[in-house]
Amino acid sequence: MSTIRVGHLYPDYLNIYADRGNIAVLARRSAWRGHDLEVTALGMDESIEPGAHDLYYVGGGQDREQFLVAENLAGKAEALVSAVVEGGAALLAVCGGYQLLGRGYRGFHGEEMPGVGLLPLETVAGERRLIGDVLLETDLGPVAGFENHAGRTRLDEGATPLGRVVSGFGNDGESGFEGCRLGRAIGTYLHGPLLPRNPRLADWLLEQALAHRTGGEAPAFDPLPDDLEALAFEVSAGRARARGGRS
Amino acid sequence: MRLAAEIAAARAIASLSRLVGAGAGMTVPGKLLSKLDPGAIDRLAARLPAGAAAVSATNGKTTTSAMAAEILRPRFRLAHNRSGANLVSGVASTLLSSDGAELGLLEVDEAALPEVLRRVRPRAVLLANLFRDQLDRYGELELIAERWRQAVAALPAGTAVVLNADDPQVGSLGGSVYYGLDDPSVARPSLQHAADSKYCIRCGTPYGYRAAYVGHLGDYRCPSCGHARPALDLCARSIELEGLERAAFDLVTPEGTRRVELALPGLYNVYNALGAAALARALGSSLDEIVDGLGRFSAAFGRFERIAVDGKQLVLLLIKNPAGANEAVRTLVEGRPPRVAVVALNDAIADGRDVSWIWDVDFEPLLAGLDRVVAAGSRAAELALRFKYGGLDEASIEVEADLARALDRGLQLTPDGGELVVLPTYTAMLALQRLLADRGLAKRYWERAA
Repeated sequence: MSTIRVGHLYPDYLNIYADRGNIAVLARRSAWRGHDLEVTALGMDESIEPGAHDLYYVGGGQDREQFLVAENLAGKAEALVSAVVEGGAALLAVCGGYQLLGRGYRGFHGEEMPGVGLLPLETVAGERRLIGDVLLETDLGPVAGFENHAGRTRLDEGATPLGRVVSGFGNDGESGFEGCRLGRAIGTYLHGPLLPRNPRLADWLLEQALAHRTGGEAPAFDPLPDDLEALAFEVSAGRARARGGRS
Repeated sequence: MRLAAEIAAARAIASLSRLVGAGAGMTVPGKLLSKLDPGAIDRLAARLPAGAAAVSATNGKTTTSAMAAEILRPRFRLAHNRSGANLVSGVASTLLSSDGAELGLLEVDEAALPEVLRRVRPRAVLLANLFRDQLDRYGELELIAERWRQAVAALPAGTAVVLNADDPQVGSLGGSVYYGLDDPSVARPSLQHAADSKYCIRCGTPYGYRAAYVGHLGDYRCPSCGHARPALDLCARSIELEGLERAAFDLVTPEGTRRVELALPGLYNVYNALGAAALARALGSSLDEIVDGLGRFSAAFGRFERIAVDGKQLVLLLIKNPAGANEAVRTLVEGRPPRVAVVALNDAIADGRDVSWIWDVDFEPLLAGLDRVVAAGSRAAELALRFKYGGLDEASIEVEADLARALDRGLQLTPDGGELVVLPTYTAMLALQRLLADRGLAKRYWERAA
């Protein structure tokens, strides 16, 4: 079978919301399908080589860690855009990583943090943090997670969100949208972590990564017995529904 | 006069709340008093003839305060919030119910610390560590550290500020006494995954560690700007750890060196004992009093418990954040690794609504030795996934959200004479203690003798 090559960006800095849970899910679920997952840390000193990785992962960090990597990542923007947008590699960016992939972030005190400009969006810090369980309706089915962010993210006109908010705040607490999708790239505020309780999303990312690896069509995985995943999803979605609408 | 009337009213409420069984009546009177007269806490604290001491940390503050209380008791009558009611209201209730106390010994919640310091004006403060904990409730670590920095800077000159030098955030707050570990033989080979303050607080370069002990606590130095662990006034050397049974170390102080024996496990309790020793010393305790007090100490409620049930041993270890849970796992694995465990994850406000932290805990060394694990609590399914994706065979995982049934199932799976390890989050721990008390197996914590 194939080896799926994952480039994990700044794992030493961006790891606050249990990002390694997402990586563990990708690793096990590809192994259960007979594929190896090879994860390479791409830190401050490593460059991004378009074509070298089938899936990029960018996690969330505390403000301080996020500022520490922002400039370094901006210096690699061209290579990352080339690898994902032109080269068709898959990508998952969560929370702080999601913000970093937009054009930039303006902090509450006006401090500017550069972005990669890969996703068509901008983020501005708000006064109040948006915290709680979230439930989304997406093209890949319902998605449940937890959000905790000060940033208000605005998608450009015509940009595609990951999903519609059923319960929770989402990108900015106003638009009714959460996350952003561009080709094989997904950015989202949802951690929890995201993938254990949303296995369909994990499989979709792996299918896209395999398509990049083989240069062909994305395969359609057979489902796995995901009873525990379904149970965890239900509890998480129930927490979100109990919050009611966007509040 | 007015204060006296308020105290009487608040105490009446305390008795009532105990009578109707609303917990231990610990925070209700304090809340009422704060409402009647927000300045009352300041004046209650000012009545203490020997002043007050405050203890704060993410992990270990209850145990550390209880240890300090044991050391200080021969010297002072204490007003001590030993039940762990550590918000402003809990502090107020404690001061309210401690007639004749000489010294206030106050465990304080990290977020409540600035207000408590401002109002109580303690003569000594112990700050032990900052780990990531309940990000949905406390916010990011930097934020708490910055508030602590301002609160410490505002303390009157002459306040004894006792700091854990091994924590880069805490060690840089500007103190009068620094303590830490000095025994690289018990260090971890590398920083744990969940380590927090890994980057130089001055310049952002990753610290180099000569020794990393618990999470990011250790002997650090920035290779770029040279920011390093402050020189230690008190330290622990020649540390011995014996699984779940005990720990011992040489307490090295300017007054001399003595061996300390603890009836408690784990490196984290060495930190707790060292912090308690440094605080008590700042309050005038002699080295003899410190060593005797630590020797007498038995575990603070629920942080570590061993209970006999039907010829089996039940071991309860609280887990509440990655750093604390990692130490619980490490202590278990380095002793007799259990074959059966019940892990209980609740997501009430006191546990943290966001349960993602369980993915940052290094459960894997524990999973490797388990035949069976029961995932319990309101987020049992999420725990089950943590174990499944941590490599445990799905057939070895049982999901039982109900705590009573999970405990019974765990006991059923434990052989006679065997040991059942239970790792609950905070509200799950309280619920299990109530359950055990209802079965006549353990006293409710507020009914226990000191």
